[in-house]
Amino acid sequence: MIRDITLGQYYQAESPIHHLDPRTKLISTMLYIVSLFLMKNFIGYIVVLVFLGTVIKISQVPLKFILKGMKAIFMLLLITVFFNLVLTPGDTAISFWIINITWQGIRTAAFMAARLALLIVGTSLMTLTTTPNNLTDGLESLLGPLKKIKVPVHEISMMMSIALRFIPILLEETDKIMKAQIARGADFESGNLIKKIKSLVPLLVPLFISAFRRANDLAMAMEARCYRGGEHRTKMKPLAYHKQDVYALILVVVYMIACAVVGRILVLV
Amino acid sequence: MSIILDHVNCIYGADTNQEVKALQDINLVIPDGQFIGLIGHTGSGKSTLVQHLNGLIKPSSGTIYYNGKDISDDDFNKKELRSKVGLVFQYPEHQLFEVDVFSDVCFGPKNLGLSQKEVQLRAYAALKLVGLEDEFFYQSPFELSGGQKRRVAIAGVLAMKPEILVLDEPTAGLDPKGRDEILDQIAKLKNETGITVVLVSHSMEDVAKYADRIIVMNHGSVMYDDEPMKVFRHFKELEEVGLAAPQVTYIMHALQERGLSVNTDVSTVEEARDEILRVLKN
Repeated sequence: MIRDITLGQYYQAESPIHHLDPRTKLISTMLYIVSLFLMKNFIGYIVVLVFLGTVIKISQVPLKFILKGMKAIFMLLLITVFFNLVLTPGDTAISFWIINITWQGIRTAAFMAARLALLIVGTSLMTLTTTPNNLTDGLESLLGPLKKIKVPVHEISMMMSIALRFIPILLEETDKIMKAQIARGADFESGNLIKKIKSLVPLLVPLFISAFRRANDLAMAMEARCYRGGEHRTKMKPLAYHKQDVYALILVVVYMIACAVVGRILVLV
Repeated sequence: MSIILDHVNCIYGADTNQEVKALQDINLVIPDGQFIGLIGHTGSGKSTLVQHLNGLIKPSSGTIYYNGKDISDDDFNKKELRSKVGLVFQYPEHQLFEVDVFSDVCFGPKNLGLSQKEVQLRAYAALKLVGLEDEFFYQSPFELSGGQKRRVAIAGVLAMKPEILVLDEPTAGLDPKGRDEILDQIAKLKNETGITVVLVSHSMEDVAKYADRIIVMNHGSVMYDDEPMKVFRHFKELEEVGLAAPQVTYIMHALQERGLSVNTDVSTVEEARDEILRVLKN
Protein backbone atom coordinates (compact mmCIF):
# COMPACT_ATOMS: atom_id res chain seq x y z
CA MET A 1 0.00 0.00 0.00
CA ILE A 2 2.38 2.64 1.22
CA ARG A 3 5.20 1.27 -0.89
CA ASP A 4 3.35 2.44 -3.99
CA ILE A 5 4.50 6.00 -3.47
CA THR A 6 7.42 6.41 -5.84
CA LEU A 7 7.78 10.15 -5.36
CA GLY A 8 11.37 10.97 -4.45
CA GLN A 9 12.52 7.40 -4.90
CA TYR A 10 15.56 6.35 -6.86
CA TYR A 11 15.43 3.54 -9.38
CA GLN A 12 18.77 1.82 -9.82
CA ALA A 13 19.79 1.26 -13.45
CA GLU A 14 22.70 1.92 -15.77
CA SER A 15 21.11 4.09 -18.43
CA PRO A 16 22.43 7.16 -20.29
CA ILE A 17 19.88 9.22 -18.37
CA HIS A 18 21.22 7.98 -15.05
CA HIS A 19 24.73 8.97 -16.11
CA LEU A 20 23.86 12.53 -17.06
CA ASP A 21 25.12 15.33 -14.87
CA PRO A 22 22.48 16.21 -12.29
CA ARG A 23 22.62 19.86 -13.36
CA THR A 24 21.70 18.85 -16.90
CA LYS A 25 18.76 16.93 -15.56
CA LEU A 26 17.66 19.78 -13.30
CA ILE A 27 17.80 22.34 -16.10
CA SER A 28 16.04 19.96 -18.49
CA THR A 29 13.31 19.28 -15.98
CA MET A 30 12.85 22.99 -15.42
CA LEU A 31 12.57 23.58 -19.17
CA TYR A 32 10.21 20.62 -19.42
CA ILE A 33 7.91 22.20 -16.82
CA VAL A 34 8.01 25.49 -18.72
CA SER A 35 7.16 23.64 -21.93
CA LEU A 36 4.05 22.16 -20.31
CA PHE A 37 2.80 25.60 -19.41
CA LEU A 38 3.53 26.94 -22.87
CA MET A 39 0.94 24.63 -24.38
CA LYS A 40 -2.23 26.14 -25.66
CA ASN A 41 -3.62 23.14 -27.50
CA PHE A 42 -3.79 19.37 -27.33
CA ILE A 43 -1.56 18.78 -30.33
CA GLY A 44 1.34 20.19 -28.32
CA TYR A 45 0.90 17.33 -25.87
CA ILE A 46 1.71 14.87 -28.62
CA VAL A 47 5.18 16.40 -28.82
CA VAL A 48 5.48 16.16 -25.03
CA LEU A 49 4.30 12.55 -25.03
CA VAL A 50 6.76 11.56 -27.74
CA PHE A 51 9.61 13.29 -25.91
CA LEU A 52 8.66 11.88 -22.51
CA GLY A 53 8.12 8.40 -23.93
CA THR A 54 11.55 8.43 -25.54
CA VAL A 55 13.23 9.60 -22.35
CA ILE A 56 11.44 6.96 -20.27
CA LYS A 57 12.47 4.30 -22.78
CA ILE A 58 16.11 5.39 -22.59
CA SER A 59 16.03 5.64 -18.80
CA GLN A 60 15.17 1.92 -18.45
CA VAL A 61 12.72 2.72 -15.67
CA PRO A 62 9.70 0.47 -16.25
CA LEU A 63 6.59 2.43 -17.17
CA LYS A 64 4.60 0.39 -14.66
CA PHE A 65 6.87 1.62 -11.89
CA ILE A 66 6.35 5.26 -12.87
CA LEU A 67 2.61 4.91 -13.22
CA LYS A 68 2.38 3.29 -9.79
CA GLY A 69 3.52 6.63 -8.39
CA MET A 70 0.56 8.26 -10.12
CA LYS A 71 -1.80 6.50 -7.74
CA ALA A 72 -0.68 8.91 -5.02
CA ILE A 73 -1.89 11.96 -6.94
CA PHE A 74 -5.03 10.34 -8.29
CA MET A 75 -7.23 12.18 -5.79
CA LEU A 76 -5.63 15.49 -6.72
CA LEU A 77 -6.30 14.76 -10.38
CA LEU A 78 -9.93 13.95 -9.64
CA ILE A 79 -10.44 17.17 -7.70
CA THR A 80 -8.85 19.21 -10.49
CA VAL A 81 -11.04 17.57 -13.08
CA PHE A 82 -14.15 18.00 -10.98
CA PHE A 83 -13.74 21.71 -10.33
CA ASN A 84 -12.77 22.46 -13.89
CA LEU A 85 -15.79 20.54 -15.10
CA VAL A 86 -18.37 22.32 -12.99
CA LEU A 87 -16.92 25.79 -12.62
CA THR A 88 -15.96 26.72 -16.17
CA PRO A 89 -18.51 29.04 -17.78
CA GLY A 90 -19.50 28.56 -21.42
CA ASP A 91 -21.87 26.58 -23.65
CA THR A 92 -23.79 23.90 -21.78
CA ALA A 93 -23.04 20.32 -22.70
CA ILE A 94 -24.80 18.39 -19.95
CA SER A 95 -27.00 19.88 -17.30
CA PHE A 96 -28.65 18.18 -14.36
CA TRP A 97 -29.80 19.35 -10.91
CA ILE A 98 -27.58 22.37 -10.11
CA ILE A 99 -24.58 21.09 -12.01
CA ASN A 100 -23.88 22.61 -15.37
CA ILE A 101 -21.10 21.05 -17.39
CA THR A 102 -19.90 23.08 -20.35
CA TRP A 103 -17.93 22.13 -23.46
CA GLN A 104 -15.26 24.54 -22.38
CA GLY A 105 -15.25 22.87 -18.95
CA ILE A 106 -14.70 19.44 -20.45
CA ARG A 107 -11.87 20.79 -22.55
CA THR A 108 -10.17 22.61 -19.66
CA ALA A 109 -10.58 19.62 -17.35
CA ALA A 110 -8.96 17.25 -19.83
CA PHE A 111 -6.29 19.82 -20.53
CA MET A 112 -5.47 20.35 -16.86
CA ALA A 113 -5.50 16.64 -16.04
CA ALA A 114 -3.10 15.94 -18.89
CA ARG A 115 -0.84 18.77 -17.80
CA LEU A 116 -0.79 17.63 -14.19
CA ALA A 117 -0.16 14.00 -15.10
CA LEU A 118 2.66 14.89 -17.49
CA LEU A 119 4.13 17.22 -14.89
CA ILE A 120 4.28 14.51 -12.26
CA VAL A 121 5.59 11.81 -14.59
CA GLY A 122 8.26 14.10 -16.02
CA THR A 123 9.51 15.40 -12.71
CA SER A 124 9.40 12.02 -10.98
CA LEU A 125 11.59 10.74 -13.80
CA MET A 126 14.29 13.09 -12.58
CA THR A 127 14.23 11.79 -9.00
CA LEU A 128 13.96 8.22 -10.26
CA THR A 129 17.15 8.52 -12.27
CA THR A 130 19.19 10.72 -9.92
CA THR A 131 20.43 9.73 -6.49
CA PRO A 132 19.47 12.23 -3.79
CA ASN A 133 23.13 13.04 -3.24
CA ASN A 134 23.70 13.85 -6.88
CA LEU A 135 20.52 15.85 -7.02
CA THR A 136 21.47 18.13 -4.18
CA ASP A 137 25.02 18.48 -5.45
CA GLY A 138 23.55 19.67 -8.71
CA LEU A 139 21.18 22.02 -6.95
CA GLU A 140 23.93 23.43 -4.83
CA SER A 141 26.08 24.08 -7.87
CA LEU A 142 23.22 25.69 -9.79
CA LEU A 143 22.27 27.93 -6.87
CA GLY A 144 25.93 28.78 -6.31
CA PRO A 145 25.63 32.41 -7.50
CA LEU A 146 23.15 33.07 -4.69
CA LYS A 147 25.99 32.65 -2.18
CA LYS A 148 27.04 36.15 -3.19
CA ILE A 149 23.94 37.54 -1.55
CA LYS A 150 24.50 35.46 1.60
CA VAL A 151 22.00 32.72 0.86
CA PRO A 152 23.15 29.57 2.76
CA VAL A 153 23.05 27.45 -0.39
CA HIS A 154 25.03 24.56 1.01
CA GLU A 155 22.88 24.29 4.10
CA ILE A 156 19.70 24.43 2.08
CA SER A 157 20.85 21.71 -0.27
CA MET A 158 22.03 19.60 2.65
CA MET A 159 18.62 19.91 4.26
CA MET A 160 17.01 18.93 1.00
CA SER A 161 19.21 15.90 0.56
CA ILE A 162 18.47 14.73 4.09
CA ALA A 163 14.76 15.29 3.57
CA LEU A 164 14.84 13.31 0.34
CA ARG A 165 16.88 10.56 1.94
CA PHE A 166 14.38 10.29 4.75
CA ILE A 167 11.33 9.84 2.56
CA PRO A 168 11.88 6.13 1.88
CA ILE A 169 13.08 5.54 5.45
CA LEU A 170 10.00 7.10 6.97
CA LEU A 171 7.75 5.31 4.49
CA GLU A 172 9.28 2.03 5.52
CA GLU A 173 8.90 2.97 9.16
CA THR A 174 5.25 3.89 8.60
CA ASP A 175 4.70 0.57 6.92
CA LYS A 176 6.30 -1.25 9.82
CA ILE A 177 4.40 0.57 12.56
CA MET A 178 1.17 0.25 10.62
CA LYS A 179 1.67 -3.50 10.39
CA ALA A 180 2.56 -3.73 14.06
CA GLN A 181 -0.63 -1.90 15.03
CA ILE A 182 -2.72 -3.92 12.59
CA ALA A 183 -1.28 -7.01 14.28
CA ARG A 184 -2.70 -5.56 17.50
CA GLY A 185 -6.11 -5.28 15.90
CA ALA A 186 -5.93 -1.62 14.79
CA ASP A 187 -8.22 -0.68 11.94
CA PHE A 188 -7.10 2.14 9.67
CA GLU A 189 -9.73 1.78 7.01
CA SER A 190 -13.29 1.54 8.29
CA GLY A 191 -15.35 4.02 10.29
CA ASN A 192 -16.32 7.64 9.75
CA LEU A 193 -13.90 10.53 9.38
CA ILE A 194 -13.47 11.22 13.10
CA LYS A 195 -12.88 7.55 13.81
CA LYS A 196 -10.37 7.38 10.99
CA ILE A 197 -8.46 10.39 12.29
CA LYS A 198 -8.46 8.92 15.78
CA SER A 199 -7.15 5.64 14.43
CA LEU A 200 -4.09 7.49 13.13
CA VAL A 201 -2.85 8.34 16.64
CA PRO A 202 -1.28 4.89 17.21
CA LEU A 203 0.53 5.39 13.90
CA LEU A 204 1.57 9.02 14.16
CA VAL A 205 2.90 9.08 17.71
CA PRO A 206 5.44 6.29 17.18
CA LEU A 207 6.28 7.74 13.77
CA PHE A 208 7.10 11.16 15.20
CA ILE A 209 9.13 9.64 17.97
CA SER A 210 11.10 7.56 15.52
CA ALA A 211 11.63 10.55 13.21
CA PHE A 212 13.09 12.54 16.08
CA ARG A 213 15.19 9.61 17.18
CA ARG A 214 16.58 9.20 13.67
CA ALA A 215 17.23 12.91 13.32
CA ASN A 216 19.08 12.83 16.61
CA ASP A 217 21.16 9.83 15.57
CA LEU A 218 22.01 11.41 12.25
CA ALA A 219 23.05 14.69 13.88
CA MET A 220 25.24 12.72 16.27
CA ALA A 221 26.82 10.73 13.46
CA MET A 222 27.54 13.88 11.45
CA GLU A 223 28.97 15.55 14.51
CA ALA A 224 31.16 12.52 15.18
CA ARG A 225 32.62 12.78 11.69
CA CYS A 226 33.35 16.46 12.21
CA TYR A 227 30.86 17.63 9.65
CA ARG A 228 30.79 21.33 8.99
CA GLY A 229 29.06 22.68 5.96
CA GLY A 230 29.63 25.64 3.72
CA GLU A 231 33.01 27.13 2.92
CA HIS A 232 36.07 25.01 2.16
CA ARG A 233 34.14 21.79 1.92
CA THR A 234 35.51 19.66 -0.90
CA LYS A 235 33.86 16.83 -2.80
CA MET A 236 35.06 13.34 -3.49
CA LYS A 237 33.35 13.34 -6.86
CA PRO A 238 33.14 16.90 -8.17
CA LEU A 239 30.49 17.44 -10.81
CA ALA A 240 31.68 17.74 -14.39
CA TYR A 241 29.83 18.19 -17.66
CA HIS A 242 30.51 15.59 -20.34
CA LYS A 243 29.80 15.29 -24.03
CA GLN A 244 26.49 13.56 -23.43
CA ASP A 245 25.32 16.48 -21.31
CA VAL A 246 25.83 18.83 -24.23
CA TYR A 247 23.90 16.48 -26.52
CA ALA A 248 21.13 16.18 -23.96
CA LEU A 249 20.82 19.95 -23.58
CA ILE A 250 20.76 20.43 -27.36
CA LEU A 251 17.99 17.84 -27.57
CA VAL A 252 16.02 19.63 -24.87
CA VAL A 253 16.40 22.94 -26.67
CA VAL A 254 15.17 21.34 -29.91
CA TYR A 255 12.26 19.93 -27.94
CA MET A 256 11.47 23.35 -26.51
CA ILE A 257 11.41 24.91 -29.97
CA ALA A 258 9.16 22.11 -31.20
CA CYS A 259 6.86 22.72 -28.25
CA ALA A 260 6.75 26.43 -28.87
CA VAL A 261 6.01 25.94 -32.56
CA VAL A 262 3.36 23.26 -32.16
CA GLY A 263 1.86 24.40 -28.90
CA ARG A 264 1.61 28.13 -29.48
CA ILE A 265 1.96 29.07 -33.09
CA LEU A 266 -0.07 26.32 -34.73
CA VAL A 267 -3.36 27.17 -33.10
CA LEU A 268 -5.51 24.49 -34.64
CA VAL A 269 -7.80 23.65 -31.77
CA MET B 1 -5.84 -25.42 15.65
CA SER B 2 -2.93 -25.23 13.31
CA ILE B 3 -1.36 -23.23 10.55
CA ILE B 4 -0.49 -24.89 7.27
CA LEU B 5 1.61 -23.20 4.62
CA ASP B 6 1.22 -24.78 1.22
CA HIS B 7 3.72 -23.90 -1.51
CA VAL B 8 3.97 -20.30 -0.36
CA ASN B 9 6.04 -17.92 -2.48
CA CYS B 10 6.63 -14.24 -1.87
CA ILE B 11 8.22 -11.84 -4.31
CA TYR B 12 9.07 -8.24 -3.43
CA GLY B 13 9.32 -5.55 -6.07
CA ALA B 14 7.83 -7.65 -8.85
CA ASP B 15 8.08 -6.02 -12.31
CA THR B 16 11.18 -4.03 -11.41
CA ASN B 17 14.86 -4.83 -11.78
CA GLN B 18 15.09 -5.11 -8.00
CA GLU B 19 12.91 -8.18 -7.78
CA VAL B 20 13.61 -10.20 -4.65
CA LYS B 21 12.32 -13.68 -4.07
CA ALA B 22 11.82 -13.42 -0.33
CA LEU B 23 10.17 -16.81 0.06
CA GLN B 24 10.40 -19.80 -2.23
CA ASP B 25 8.06 -22.74 -2.01
CA ILE B 26 7.54 -22.86 1.74
CA ASN B 27 5.64 -25.89 3.04
CA LEU B 28 5.16 -25.98 6.78
CA VAL B 29 2.75 -27.27 9.36
CA ILE B 30 2.62 -25.49 12.69
CA PRO B 31 0.61 -27.67 15.07
CA ASP B 32 -0.66 -26.75 18.52
CA GLY B 33 1.57 -26.42 21.53
CA GLN B 34 4.96 -26.53 19.87
CA PHE B 35 7.85 -24.26 20.69
CA ILE B 36 9.40 -23.55 17.32
CA GLY B 37 12.67 -21.77 16.73
CA LEU B 38 12.87 -20.09 13.35
CA ILE B 39 16.49 -19.47 12.50
CA GLY B 40 18.21 -17.79 9.60
CA HIS B 41 20.76 -15.11 8.92
CA THR B 42 19.76 -11.56 8.00
CA GLY B 43 17.71 -11.48 4.82
CA SER B 44 16.86 -15.17 4.82
CA GLY B 45 13.15 -14.45 4.84
CA LYS B 46 12.30 -15.10 8.50
CA SER B 47 10.47 -11.84 9.08
CA THR B 48 8.64 -12.12 5.77
CA LEU B 49 7.55 -15.61 6.67
CA VAL B 50 6.12 -14.69 10.06
CA GLN B 51 4.20 -11.77 8.58
CA HIS B 52 2.43 -14.27 6.35
CA LEU B 53 1.20 -16.18 9.38
CA ASN B 54 -1.29 -13.50 10.41
CA GLY B 55 -2.10 -12.26 6.94
CA LEU B 56 -0.12 -9.01 7.02
CA ILE B 57 1.57 -10.02 3.79
CA LYS B 58 -0.34 -11.84 1.13
CA PRO B 59 1.65 -14.62 -0.52
CA SER B 60 2.48 -14.01 -4.18
CA SER B 61 1.37 -17.59 -4.75
CA GLY B 62 0.47 -20.53 -2.56
CA THR B 63 -2.02 -20.83 0.27
CA ILE B 64 -2.01 -20.45 4.02
CA TYR B 65 -4.61 -22.29 6.07
CA TYR B 66 -5.57 -21.42 9.60
CA ASN B 67 -7.62 -24.22 11.16
CA GLY B 68 -8.32 -25.51 7.69
CA LYS B 69 -9.55 -22.20 6.29
CA ASP B 70 -7.77 -20.29 3.54
CA ILE B 71 -6.81 -16.95 5.08
CA SER B 72 -6.73 -15.21 1.69
CA ASP B 73 -10.46 -15.82 1.21
CA ASP B 74 -12.49 -12.64 1.04
CA ASP B 75 -14.88 -13.74 3.76
CA PHE B 76 -12.11 -14.82 6.12
CA ASN B 77 -12.10 -12.75 9.31
CA LYS B 78 -8.59 -11.29 9.31
CA LYS B 79 -9.14 -9.39 12.53
CA GLU B 80 -9.92 -12.56 14.39
CA LEU B 81 -6.90 -14.23 12.84
CA ARG B 82 -4.69 -11.43 14.10
CA SER B 83 -6.01 -11.84 17.61
CA LYS B 84 -5.37 -15.59 17.47
CA VAL B 85 -1.93 -15.30 15.90
CA GLY B 86 -0.20 -12.66 18.00
CA LEU B 87 2.79 -11.19 16.22
CA VAL B 88 5.44 -9.30 18.15
CA PHE B 89 7.55 -7.34 15.69
CA GLN B 90 11.25 -6.65 15.79
CA TYR B 91 11.92 -3.78 18.18
CA PRO B 92 8.29 -3.83 19.31
CA GLU B 93 8.92 -0.95 21.71
CA HIS B 94 8.79 1.36 18.69
CA GLN B 95 5.06 0.82 18.42
CA LEU B 96 4.22 2.13 21.90
CA PHE B 97 2.17 5.32 21.78
CA GLU B 98 -0.17 5.69 24.74
CA VAL B 99 0.19 8.04 27.70
CA ASP B 100 0.82 5.22 30.13
CA VAL B 101 1.87 1.60 30.08
CA PHE B 102 -1.50 0.23 31.08
CA SER B 103 -3.51 1.96 28.37
CA ASP B 104 -0.98 0.91 25.77
CA VAL B 105 -1.47 -2.73 26.68
CA CYS B 106 -5.24 -2.13 26.59
CA PHE B 107 -5.02 -1.10 22.92
CA GLY B 108 -5.04 -4.66 21.52
CA PRO B 109 -7.95 -6.10 23.53
CA LYS B 110 -9.90 -2.85 23.08
CA ASN B 111 -9.66 -3.29 19.31
CA LEU B 112 -11.24 -6.71 19.73
CA GLY B 113 -14.37 -4.98 20.97
CA LEU B 114 -14.33 -6.44 24.47
CA SER B 115 -15.99 -4.81 27.47
CA GLN B 116 -13.91 -2.33 29.42
CA LYS B 117 -13.70 -4.65 32.40
CA GLU B 118 -12.48 -7.54 30.29
CA VAL B 119 -9.96 -5.27 28.55
CA GLN B 120 -8.49 -4.16 31.85
CA LEU B 121 -8.41 -7.67 33.27
CA ARG B 122 -6.55 -8.90 30.23
CA ALA B 123 -4.11 -6.00 30.27
CA TYR B 124 -3.38 -6.59 33.93
CA ALA B 125 -2.90 -10.32 33.41
CA ALA B 126 -0.64 -9.73 30.41
CA LEU B 127 1.56 -7.27 32.28
CA LYS B 128 1.84 -9.79 35.11
CA LEU B 129 2.76 -12.51 32.61
CA VAL B 130 5.72 -10.53 31.33
CA GLY B 131 6.78 -9.81 34.88
CA LEU B 132 6.38 -6.05 35.01
CA GLU B 133 5.97 -4.60 38.47
CA ASP B 134 2.82 -2.64 39.36
CA GLU B 135 4.76 0.56 39.99
CA PHE B 136 5.38 0.98 36.26
CA PHE B 137 1.76 0.57 35.17
CA TYR B 138 0.90 4.25 35.16
CA GLN B 139 4.21 5.60 33.94
CA SER B 140 4.74 6.82 30.42
CA PRO B 141 6.08 3.93 28.33
CA PHE B 142 8.79 6.26 27.05
CA GLU B 143 10.34 6.59 30.50
CA LEU B 144 11.06 2.89 30.86
CA SER B 145 14.30 1.10 30.10
CA GLY B 146 14.75 -0.79 26.81
CA GLY B 147 14.01 -4.19 28.34
CA GLN B 148 10.94 -2.92 30.18
CA LYS B 149 9.59 -1.25 27.07
CA ARG B 150 9.94 -4.47 25.19
CA ARG B 151 8.02 -6.36 27.86
CA VAL B 152 5.23 -3.81 27.69
CA ALA B 153 5.11 -4.28 23.92
CA ILE B 154 5.00 -8.06 24.28
CA ALA B 155 2.26 -7.71 26.91
CA GLY B 156 0.36 -5.59 24.38
CA VAL B 157 0.17 -8.63 22.11
CA LEU B 158 -0.37 -11.15 24.90
CA ALA B 159 -3.37 -9.17 26.13
CA MET B 160 -5.19 -10.26 22.98
CA LYS B 161 -4.88 -13.85 24.27
CA PRO B 162 -3.38 -15.33 21.12
CA GLU B 163 -3.28 -19.08 20.58
CA ILE B 164 -0.05 -18.74 18.66
CA LEU B 165 2.58 -16.25 19.75
CA VAL B 166 5.09 -15.25 17.11
CA LEU B 167 8.09 -13.24 18.27
CA ASP B 168 10.39 -11.68 15.70
CA GLU B 169 13.85 -11.38 17.28
CA PRO B 170 12.51 -10.46 20.72
CA THR B 171 16.03 -10.22 22.16
CA ALA B 172 17.64 -7.97 19.53
CA GLY B 173 19.57 -5.15 21.15
CA LEU B 174 19.16 -6.40 24.71
CA ASP B 175 22.01 -7.21 27.07
CA PRO B 176 22.54 -10.88 28.11
CA LYS B 177 20.53 -10.44 31.29
CA GLY B 178 17.60 -8.81 29.53
CA ARG B 179 17.78 -11.49 26.85
CA ASP B 180 17.66 -14.37 29.33
CA GLU B 181 14.83 -12.73 31.25
CA ILE B 182 12.68 -12.32 28.17
CA LEU B 183 13.38 -15.84 26.90
CA ASP B 184 12.75 -17.40 30.30
CA GLN B 185 9.51 -15.52 30.57
CA ILE B 186 8.40 -16.78 27.16
CA ALA B 187 9.29 -20.36 28.11
CA LYS B 188 7.38 -19.99 31.38
CA LEU B 189 4.43 -18.56 29.54
CA LYS B 190 4.42 -21.51 27.19
CA ASN B 191 4.52 -24.03 30.02
CA GLU B 192 1.74 -22.28 31.92
CA THR B 193 -0.68 -21.59 29.11
CA GLY B 194 0.22 -24.23 26.52
CA ILE B 195 0.36 -21.56 23.84
CA THR B 196 2.18 -22.27 20.57
CA VAL B 197 5.35 -20.20 20.28
CA VAL B 198 7.31 -19.31 17.16
CA LEU B 199 10.56 -17.66 18.13
CA VAL B 200 12.49 -15.97 15.33
CA SER B 201 16.17 -15.51 15.91
CA HIS B 202 19.52 -15.64 14.21
CA SER B 203 21.15 -17.16 17.24
CA MET B 204 21.01 -20.92 17.76
CA GLU B 205 22.13 -20.42 21.32
CA ASP B 206 18.96 -18.49 22.08
CA VAL B 207 16.55 -21.08 20.84
CA ALA B 208 18.48 -24.29 21.58
CA LYS B 209 17.46 -24.18 25.21
CA TYR B 210 13.75 -23.77 24.61
CA ALA B 211 12.63 -24.97 21.22
CA ASP B 212 11.38 -28.47 20.53
CA ARG B 213 11.60 -27.92 16.79
CA ILE B 214 13.94 -25.80 14.74
CA ILE B 215 13.30 -24.47 11.26
CA VAL B 216 16.37 -23.15 9.48
CA MET B 217 15.79 -20.69 6.65
CA ASN B 218 18.29 -19.89 3.94
CA HIS B 219 17.72 -17.66 0.90
CA GLY B 220 13.97 -17.79 1.32
CA SER B 221 13.59 -21.53 1.55
CA VAL B 222 13.49 -24.01 4.40
CA MET B 223 16.88 -25.67 4.80
CA TYR B 224 16.21 -27.86 7.83
CA ASP B 225 13.06 -28.54 9.78
CA ASP B 226 13.66 -30.95 12.60
CA GLU B 227 14.31 -31.51 16.28
CA PRO B 228 17.13 -29.31 17.60
CA MET B 229 19.57 -32.20 18.06
CA LYS B 230 19.12 -33.40 14.53
CA VAL B 231 19.56 -29.90 13.15
CA PHE B 232 22.74 -29.37 15.17
CA ARG B 233 24.28 -32.46 13.61
CA HIS B 234 24.54 -30.37 10.45
CA PHE B 235 26.73 -27.83 12.19
CA LYS B 236 29.17 -27.73 9.31
CA GLU B 237 26.46 -26.93 6.78
CA LEU B 238 25.01 -24.37 9.17
CA GLU B 239 28.32 -22.59 9.27
CA GLU B 240 28.40 -22.37 5.51
CA VAL B 241 25.19 -20.34 5.54
CA GLY B 242 26.43 -17.98 8.22
CA LEU B 243 24.87 -19.71 11.21
CA ALA B 244 26.36 -21.76 13.99
CA ALA B 245 25.31 -24.55 16.28
CA PRO B 246 25.46 -23.85 20.03
CA GLN B 247 28.97 -23.83 21.44
CA VAL B 248 28.41 -27.04 23.40
CA THR B 249 27.84 -28.88 20.13
CA TYR B 250 31.35 -27.97 19.06
CA ILE B 251 32.81 -28.99 22.40
CA MET B 252 31.07 -32.35 22.33
CA HIS B 253 32.24 -33.02 18.79
CA ALA B 254 35.78 -32.03 19.72
CA LEU B 255 35.66 -34.38 22.73
CA GLN B 256 34.45 -37.19 20.54
CA GLU B 257 37.25 -36.61 18.07
CA ARG B 258 39.76 -36.80 20.90
CA GLY B 259 38.44 -40.22 21.84
CA LEU B 260 35.91 -39.52 24.60
CA SER B 261 32.81 -41.43 23.50
CA VAL B 262 30.21 -38.84 24.45
CA ASN B 263 26.83 -38.56 22.85
CA THR B 264 27.02 -35.35 20.81
CA ASP B 265 23.26 -34.81 20.79
CA VAL B 266 23.04 -32.18 23.48
CA SER B 267 21.80 -28.65 23.17
CA THR B 268 22.44 -26.96 26.50
CA VAL B 269 25.40 -26.56 28.79
CA GLU B 270 23.61 -28.50 31.56
CA GLU B 271 22.94 -31.48 29.32
CA ALA B 272 26.55 -31.42 28.16
CA ARG B 273 27.77 -31.45 31.76
CA ASP B 274 25.57 -34.44 32.63
CA GLU B 275 26.69 -36.30 29.52
CA ILE B 276 30.40 -35.72 30.15
CA LEU B 277 30.03 -36.75 33.78
CA ARG B 278 28.16 -39.88 32.76
CA VAL B 279 30.91 -40.92 30.36
CA LEU B 280 33.69 -40.10 32.81
CA LYS B 281 32.04 -42.07 35.63
CA ASN B 282 31.86 -45.19 33.50
